[in-house]
Amino acid sequence: MQPQARLNDLNAMSKRMRLNIIKLAYQVGNNGAHIAPALSCNEIIAVLYGDVMNLNPKNPVSQERDRFLIGKGHGALALYAALCDTGFFSEELLFTYQKNGGDLPGQPSMNLSLGIEVSSGSLGNALSVGEGIALSAKKNGDKYKTYVLLGDGECNEGTIWETAMSASHFRLDNLIAIVDLNGMQSDGQSAKILNMGNFREKWSSFGWNVIEADGHDIESLYNAFHAIKQERKPTVILAHTIKGHGVSFMENNNSWHHNHLSSEQYELALSELEAK
Amino acid sequence: MLDISSKNVRTWSKLGSRGTLGSALLDLASSKEDLVVLSADLGNTSGLGRFMNVHPNKFYNLGIAESNMVGVAAGMAKEGNCVFATTFSNFLAMRSYEQIRLNMGYMQFPIILVGVGSGFEMGMFGNTHYGIEDMALMRAVPNMTLLSPADGAEIIKTVNAAVEYARPVYIRLTGGMNLPIVYKENYEFEIGRAVTLREGDDMTIIATGTMVYESLCAAEYLAEHDIEAEVVDMHTIKPLDTSVIDRAVSKKLIITVEEHSVVGGLGGAVAEYKTTLHSAPPQLFIGVPDTFGKAGEYKWMLEHYGLTAKGIAEKIFDMYVV
Repeated sequence: MQPQARLNDLNAMSKRMRLNIIKLAYQVGNNGAHIAPALSCNEIIAVLYGDVMNLNPKNPVSQERDRFLIGKGHGALALYAALCDTGFFSEELLFTYQKNGGDLPGQPSMNLSLGIEVSSGSLGNALSVGEGIALSAKKNGDKYKTYVLLGDGECNEGTIWETAMSASHFRLDNLIAIVDLNGMQSDGQSAKILNMGNFREKWSSFGWNVIEADGHDIESLYNAFHAIKQERKPTVILAHTIKGHGVSFMENNNSWHHNHLSSEQYELALSELEAK
Repeated sequence: MLDISSKNVRTWSKLGSRGTLGSALLDLASSKEDLVVLSADLGNTSGLGRFMNVHPNKFYNLGIAESNMVGVAAGMAKEGNCVFATTFSNFLAMRSYEQIRLNMGYMQFPIILVGVGSGFEMGMFGNTHYGIEDMALMRAVPNMTLLSPADGAEIIKTVNAAVEYARPVYIRLTGGMNLPIVYKENYEFEIGRAVTLREGDDMTIIATGTMVYESLCAAEYLAEHDIEAEVVDMHTIKPLDTSVIDRAVSKKLIITVEEHSVVGGLGGAVAEYKTTLHSAPPQLFIGVPDTFGKAGEYKWMLEHYGLTAKGIAEKIFDMYVV
């Protein structure tokens, strides 16, 4: 069992991030933000940034750093909150989110000095890039690992499965994908839009090591990441999540895929998240 | 870099564009430690057979998955490797277009793409395999540099210049075996600076790829009829060397010649610049008409569309008014 203090720290970090997600989403007003997709992957990103990854905010381009690529670019709010929380940039910069001409647009734009590895938002591209980074590390004998966060809807994209085949062919055990399995996508329930069947069997049959986790339980995620072994195959963590997690009126309600908050909704969301 | 000697020039001509690409990369591997070459299951067909055997640790076959190949190329380029990604130009430019836009245009990873067998080189394979829109597509991507060498010597120059350039580059290879020879000896090659191969006061023929040689021959034919044409090798389509057009404004005609659709390629690039000038001569677009036609052998295809010295000269006679 891991020290409880570590898990307590991660829980506190993920809570700070959740609150910032709501504050940021509220301040952009009627432009709206991808709120529920960020709440869905918040704890995954918190555990990665707070514990799993080797990062140095003082030197965001250090060659030894682990790479994190957010394939589901619409989870940007959680990434920005994590980068701020771990000291890559200030709270002042964080609150430039979605400002005209700013560095933190709705979908991430590559900015290594801020710790943003790639531009994303066009689904299905980041895992390929992650494969290339992992392949380069193998070639050059670098020890860092590459983590790519995918949405389950994103897995509709054919390129995901091109990469799934290829990464196992090249035995990239330094590549870890995390699927934020919330069962929802832009138009509604994934099972109704494009039923992808059994994710565990799919990834496994493509040659990946599969680990499942509760994507909102810090301890479960912590254990999943620490269970990854160098087995000459890439690993995917299937993180079972709830879209809009933590805010009662957002959970599994797809109108919060991209939306704006009224002042009443804002207060309610904050109070619910504060109480957790 | 390989010498532009008369012996080498003859060898490259015999090898054709793909074999010459293979020679260029093989040569580069000896000096470029971080070189990697990617293919989408067309390594042998792209002239990389020897490279694959000699440098298995620098060669990655991504299988028949062009989109993933460009993404992987991006990741490797991001980590500082010198990355070439190659396959037939139609699959490269079209199947992976969005990956090119994101990774090379938006994020500016300095991948060097090589689209082989472009134009009609795939001959009897037909329209699925022709590369007649790749210049239009690549031109539309911000931050992209688009190169189209005229012969074997220029392929060698282009590959080496692209490595030095260290920016996103698409190299378009036209022409099959027994490539016509434009450059017999060494010359100065610079990305973005066209080469004037022949002077002429009546008109300027701006050509690219295989059409450079045909245009030179067409100009000889025109000269026999007292028409003097300047012939320019526009090996860089983007950024375009607009000084060529500035020099041609007092002439009677500008002709663009390309083994590519008349939509959006070299002709389009020249026309876009020409419209910004207060006065400029009319432009004759010589290229592939905006249609899918029947398939045929490479030589037959070029003749069918008038992409030969004779065809080019005849089109110019039709339009040219003294």
